Amino acid sequence: MNKNSNMTIFLKGILKENPVFVLILGTCPTLAVTSTVTGAFGMGIAALIVLVCSNVLVSLLRKVIPDSVRIPCYIVVIAGFVTIVQMFIKAYFPEIDALLGVYLPLITVNCIILGRAEMFAGKNTVGKSALDGLGMGIGFTIAMLMMSIIREVFGNASFAGIAIPFLEPYKIGFLTSAPGGLLVYGLLIALVYVITKGKAPLKKSFSCEGCPSKEHCQTGACEVKGGND
Amino acid sequence: MSKLTVSVSPHIHSGRTTTKIMLDVIIALLPATIAGVVIFGLRALLVIGVTVGASVGFEALFNLIVKRKQTIGDLSAIVTGLLLALNLPANIPIWQCVIGALFAIIIVKCLFGGLGYNPVNPAITARVFMLIAFGSMAKGAFPTIVDTVATSTPLSAETMPKLLDLFLGVHGGAIGETCALALLVGGIYLLVRRVISWEIPVSFILTVFVFAFFKEGFDFTLALSQVLAGGVMIGAFFMATDYVTSPSTLFGKLIFGVLIGLITSLIRYFGSYPEGVSFAILFANILVPYINVWTRRRVFGTGVKGNE
Repeated sequence: MNKNSNMTIFLKGILKENPVFVLILGTCPTLAVTSTVTGAFGMGIAALIVLVCSNVLVSLLRKVIPDSVRIPCYIVVIAGFVTIVQMFIKAYFPEIDALLGVYLPLITVNCIILGRAEMFAGKNTVGKSALDGLGMGIGFTIAMLMMSIIREVFGNASFAGIAIPFLEPYKIGFLTSAPGGLLVYGLLIALVYVITKGKAPLKKSFSCEGCPSKEHCQTGACEVKGGND
Repeated sequence: MSKLTVSVSPHIHSGRTTTKIMLDVIIALLPATIAGVVIFGLRALLVIGVTVGASVGFEALFNLIVKRKQTIGDLSAIVTGLLLALNLPANIPIWQCVIGALFAIIIVKCLFGGLGYNPVNPAITARVFMLIAFGSMAKGAFPTIVDTVATSTPLSAETMPKLLDLFLGVHGGAIGETCALALLVGGIYLLVRRVISWEIPVSFILTVFVFAFFKEGFDFTLALSQVLAGGVMIGAFFMATDYVTSPSTLFGKLIFGVLIGLITSLIRYFGSYPEGVSFAILFANILVPYINVWTRRRVFGTGVKGNE
C-alpha cells in the first residue's frame, strides 16, 4: 500500500499510529475522563471535532504562518475551535459538560491536536490533513472507549450509566480510581504493542531514529519543545 | 581425567536450585499454614487451596499462551500463591482470591518476564492491589476456635489482645500472619538452611520495635505487641527476603530492613490504614535497584582520586 495514499493516512491513526496507545499523546484526558463511558465518548467526539477543524484550518494557513511563531498560531486556532465546541456542549449537552468539567477547555492543550497540527497539517494539503485528523480523532475515541468500557463495566458494574446487575457483587472499585486507570492504560499499551508488532513504528531508542513521528518532524524539534501535555 | 572442560565461572556449584529453595520456603510456611487452618477453620484451607491452585493454573496458562517453556516446575508459583493466601483473611470471597492470584502471577510476574524479572514481590503487590480494590480485605476474619467478638486486625481494635494470644495467633487478622510462633519456627528453619540471611528480618523487626518503644512511652509490652501483631513477622521472614526484590549487599539489606520498618511504623501510627507492612515492602522493593547502586562495593584500587 502506498505510504501516502489517502486510505493509509486515514487508517494509521486507528491502530498503527494510534495517538493514545502508540504515540502516547493525550495521556491526561485519557486517564482523567475514562472512568465513565459517557464522559469518555463525549471527550472523544469533542476532540475529534476540534482535531478535524484545526487540522483543516492549520493546513489552509500553512503558507501564511511564519515558521518562527507557528506554535502560538496553532494554539490560537485550536483554542478558537475548543471554545466553539465547549459552548455547543454547554448549550445542548449540559450533563456531558458536567462530566468533563475542566477537561473540556483543556482540549486546547491536548497534545494530540497540537501534535497533529505540528507534525502533519502544517506540511500537508487540506484534504490529507482532514483525513489525518479524522483518523486520529477516531483512534482517540476508540482508545477512550476501550479504556472506559473496561473501567466502568468492571469497576462500577455499569455501562454508560446503565447498571449491570449480575456484575454488581464482583465489581472492582479500584479500576475507577486514578491508579486503576494507569494500570488499565499500561495493559492496553502492552496489548496494542503485541497486536501491531512488526507493523507499528518500533521505539528502538529514545532518539529521533526511534520516534514514530520521525518522518513528519523537523529533526531536533523535540529537543526544544519538551515533553507531553 | 579424560577430558578438560573449559567453561566460564562459576566452576563450583553448591547444587542448590530454584526448586530446592522454593521447596524450603514451602516447608517453612507449613507451620503457619497449619496454624492458620487450626485458628480460622476449614474456610482458610479453601482460601489457601483456591489461591495456590489459581496461581499455578495462571502460570501454566500464560506459558501455554505465549509458548514459553513451562515454568510451574520451579514451585515459585506455589510459593507466591501460598504467601498471598496467608495474607488474606479467611472470610474473603473466593472470586477475589482468583483475581488476586491473576494479578500476582500474570501482571506482576509473567508480564515482566517471569521469575527473576519481577521488580516487586508478586504476593505483596497482589495483596496491596486487593487491599485497595476490595473493601473486605482490610477487616480480616476472627478466629473460630475461641470465643471472641468479631474484631478486625488487632492494630485497628480498641484494645490490644494479650501478648500470649498475639504470640500464639489467637486473634483477628489474615490467615497466616497471626501465629507469630509458627512464623518464627518457619523463619528460623529458613535461617538455619541459609535460604535467607538475618539482616533484613532483624533490622526490620528491630526498627518496628524501637519505633514503637519510643512512641508508646518506653512500654515494653506495647512495643512487643506491635511486632507480634499484623504482618510484621510474615513480612520480615517471607516477603521482604525475596531474592529477586531485595538488595544484594549486606549494608543494602540493612538499609532495606530499616526502611521497611520505618514506613510500616509511620503508616501504623500516622497513616489512614491500620496496617502498613505490605505498602512498606512494596515501596522498598521499588527502591531496591537504587539501594544496590548506592551500596555497591568499590572495586579495589579504583575510584580513588587521581586514579580513575
